[in-house]
Amino acid sequence: MKSDIVDFASLAPAYPELILVIGAMVLLMLGVFMKKDATASIAGIAIGLLVAVGALILVFPSNGVLFNGAFIQDDFARYMKMLVIGGSVFALVLSVSSANENGLDKFEYSVLMLLATLGMMMMVSANDLMSLYIGLELQALSLYILAAMKRQSLKATEAGLKYFVLGALSSGMLLYGASLVYGFTGHTQFDEIAKVVALGDRSIGLVFGLVFLLAGLAFKISAVPFHMWTPDVYEGAPTPVTAFFATAPKVAAMALLIRLVMDSFEPISSDWQQVVIFLSIASMVLAAFAGIGQKNLKRLIAYSSIGHVGFALVGLSAGSLVGVQGVAIYMAVYVTMTIGLFACILSLKNNNGYVEDISDLAGLAQTRPLVAGIMAVLMFSLIGLPPLAGFFAKWHVFLAAIEANLFALAIIGVLASAVSAFYYLRVVKTMFFDEPEQEFAAVPSELKFVMILSGFLVITYYLTVGSPLADIARTAATSLF
Amino acid sequence: MIFSDNILSIITYLPLIGALFVLVVPGKDEVALNNMRRIALATTSVTFVLTLIMWSMFDPQNINFQFVQNHEWIGNVIGYRVGVDGISVLFVVLTGLLMPMCILTSWDSVKKRVREYMIAFLILETLMMGVFTTLDLAMFYVFFEGGLIPMFLIIGIWGGKRRIQASYKFFFYTFVGSVFMLLAIMAMYWQAGTLDITQLLKFKFSPEIQIWLWLAFFASFAVKMPMWPFHRWLPEAHVEAPTAGSVILAAILLKMGGYGFLRFSLPMFPDASAYFANFVFVLSVGAIIVTSLIALVQTDIKKLIAYSSVAHMGFVTMGIFTANIYGVQGAIFQMISHGFISGALFLSVGVIYDRMHTREISAYGGLVERMPKYAFAFMVFTMANVGLPGTSGFVGEFLTLIAIFQVNVWFAAIATLGVILSAAYALWLYRRVIFGALTKDSLKSILDLNLREKVVIIPLLILTILFGFYPAPILDTIAPAVEALVSNYSQSLSAVVIAH
Repeated sequence: MKSDIVDFASLAPAYPELILVIGAMVLLMLGVFMKKDATASIAGIAIGLLVAVGALILVFPSNGVLFNGAFIQDDFARYMKMLVIGGSVFALVLSVSSANENGLDKFEYSVLMLLATLGMMMMVSANDLMSLYIGLELQALSLYILAAMKRQSLKATEAGLKYFVLGALSSGMLLYGASLVYGFTGHTQFDEIAKVVALGDRSIGLVFGLVFLLAGLAFKISAVPFHMWTPDVYEGAPTPVTAFFATAPKVAAMALLIRLVMDSFEPISSDWQQVVIFLSIASMVLAAFAGIGQKNLKRLIAYSSIGHVGFALVGLSAGSLVGVQGVAIYMAVYVTMTIGLFACILSLKNNNGYVEDISDLAGLAQTRPLVAGIMAVLMFSLIGLPPLAGFFAKWHVFLAAIEANLFALAIIGVLASAVSAFYYLRVVKTMFFDEPEQEFAAVPSELKFVMILSGFLVITYYLTVGSPLADIARTAATSLF
Repeated sequence: MIFSDNILSIITYLPLIGALFVLVVPGKDEVALNNMRRIALATTSVTFVLTLIMWSMFDPQNINFQFVQNHEWIGNVIGYRVGVDGISVLFVVLTGLLMPMCILTSWDSVKKRVREYMIAFLILETLMMGVFTTLDLAMFYVFFEGGLIPMFLIIGIWGGKRRIQASYKFFFYTFVGSVFMLLAIMAMYWQAGTLDITQLLKFKFSPEIQIWLWLAFFASFAVKMPMWPFHRWLPEAHVEAPTAGSVILAAILLKMGGYGFLRFSLPMFPDASAYFANFVFVLSVGAIIVTSLIALVQTDIKKLIAYSSVAHMGFVTMGIFTANIYGVQGAIFQMISHGFISGALFLSVGVIYDRMHTREISAYGGLVERMPKYAFAFMVFTMANVGLPGTSGFVGEFLTLIAIFQVNVWFAAIATLGVILSAAYALWLYRRVIFGALTKDSLKSILDLNLREKVVIIPLLILTILFGFYPAPILDTIAPAVEALVSNYSQSLSAVVIAH
């Protein structure tokens, strides 16, 4: 096979990844040779590097297929990469103030974040089962270490181990599925698989392979019934790492899932649609009920994120342009809300350290009105109440479901969101209706900035970003059709 | 003209700007708190003046929407569309009227967390104005549902003892009721290809689909109105909410349900409305009788007035679904007049609650000896609530009863019983609170209305009597729009009959 790389310029679609991999290597060297005092500057350089890569993707778009079809850069990939990079950058920013307490004041932390981000960008751009797996494993291996980064903490180690064991299992399932698909179609590349599938061959082995692939990816996006690891890992991992887990990897895995089913298995959409519908309903309903009993904020967010994956999958269930556009918008809004929420949580520090229990928030509206106000806005937005961003995100996905006549799915979805309102409201109630019990330390300025930014975008969504985002997401979605 | 083109946008978003100013007022001392109150009062007053200007520029003879703005926005699905017609214009004015009164009545009675309080009310005003001025169906839902957030906080933070249960109950009843409407709105989009209400009013949905859409909208509006038996959240929310919260709840939030029926259910789903009319009549008559009976046994003043609100809303739904001119006019008139009568009643309760901090009927008695002015005002509002001729309460009830009489004599007869019951509970309340001997020591030093209370109550007093004797300003404004609505309705019904 002739290589499609003729000169340096023909690599342009992969420049962002190349820059990132070189940057990560250089930082790794720097870290090793410059010893401990360089940790902060390495974190700073890492943030700068990610911002630069993001700017490159945004300002100099270069679409194309590379490496014999294994790597694709299109509008969809660029959109999702922006979200991934956004999640990574803000997770790094969030970790600055609490790096010491969370055991994140090591240079490896920033380097691992870069490598994880690189893996996710590869996932988003994967156009072949091989590159899919490589990207996935690069990000997964980095995430396992990140989860256990706080070495002295029993919970963090447990989280890392749990994540590793279950992650390995899901990778196994994914690989098994990939091998079946390869065995029955004779191809690993997505478009080639699509051609074979389109011939009408719907052999049981192919469907089997598809289901295994979906199961493996469902684990990565933590859709029910592959969600069991999520609450434990979210609770155990250092909070900034949890912020990272809850945003960027989900976006990447969701993007991968969308590309896989829309590109390769579009002709047998009825086969995967029923699986996706099941995942969606199960996630929404289970998260809505399981979240009610939670006392720990991070566990609550874990269930909340499971539920939100369910809502995003409502859009994918429709399998239409409007649906993919809806998922794209949903993920953007979800990332914005989640980052803001973690900025709020990380700013809650009393004499005994960082608080994580919901009951610790009592009367926060009177002691820290800014944090409480923004957190309340985010909670209402997570419920999906208008006029906040969360409502419009739900609007887009449910609009697709109604177009596809998935009425039962839509009805279950809106009822699940009503049930989930119960636990979000409890946070608001604790902050606003209860009397204050403790004092909190001052909020670091960068956290203030992140939460105000997130709150601003969520509140003014209709007036500011709503319309442009819908247009961009539509362009992104169109590139898959 | 730029001003008249944008007047609805200004009315809608001016309170939001006021809320921003309240947010940035520095300091927490008494001066700062007074500044916040002044900003809120100024914003709401200016908004009220603007609504009056808008009303004066409004041409009732023109049955189209006026002051229209229409732009595509999010994904070319949701737009920025505003406009008012004869049906919505008065609700805008009513909202404008009551907001400054709410701010004034909270001036002294709300002492804690004044900043949040004023912000919540100003945001609520924007959302309420949005409900009545938007011409985009999705944005209607946004404003309709968005009101939950400030109201949840208002009940939960500044409410009484059982405020948390009340706020949760309020939230979940309304939220669960509304989500089906959201799905119906999406289904309508895929059917009609637009969310522009002016276009949707011309679109004919097939009768089978209408049934489902009607039910979805009904679930939302019936809870909001509230119609019996979906009213369970209302008494608690009313009782626990602070005075101004009760006023807004009774005077405006409840009217959103009736407005929704008039704006959407009746004109967009005429076949389904005709199909379900008797069902609505049964619920309405049930509301009038049952909740009046429940009101008779209440021991809490606010609860009694809350149940009486449900009964009065029964007349409104009944009038709307008679779908004749008297009924619809009566329903709108009843909503407007109930808006300021119930608002005035809750304000009156607030006056004595601020002094005595109890709402138990048995804690009062003989107030007329110490508070003659208050006794007079409360009497006028009580009589208006009963529907005494010469008060604005009479006109709406009378028109709706005429209308239902044309449709079904039995419903009319039973509904008329409700008028008698309302006289029973209202006069009983009045006697227990105002008359009798002033025996309780705690009441001996109670003071009559102060200046701020007079400023709030006297205008409502004048309006109640004025519109009782001279209802023309309201009826003239709504008449052409109502006639158009009713004739469109009967045309689309007869068209179906011919098609069959």
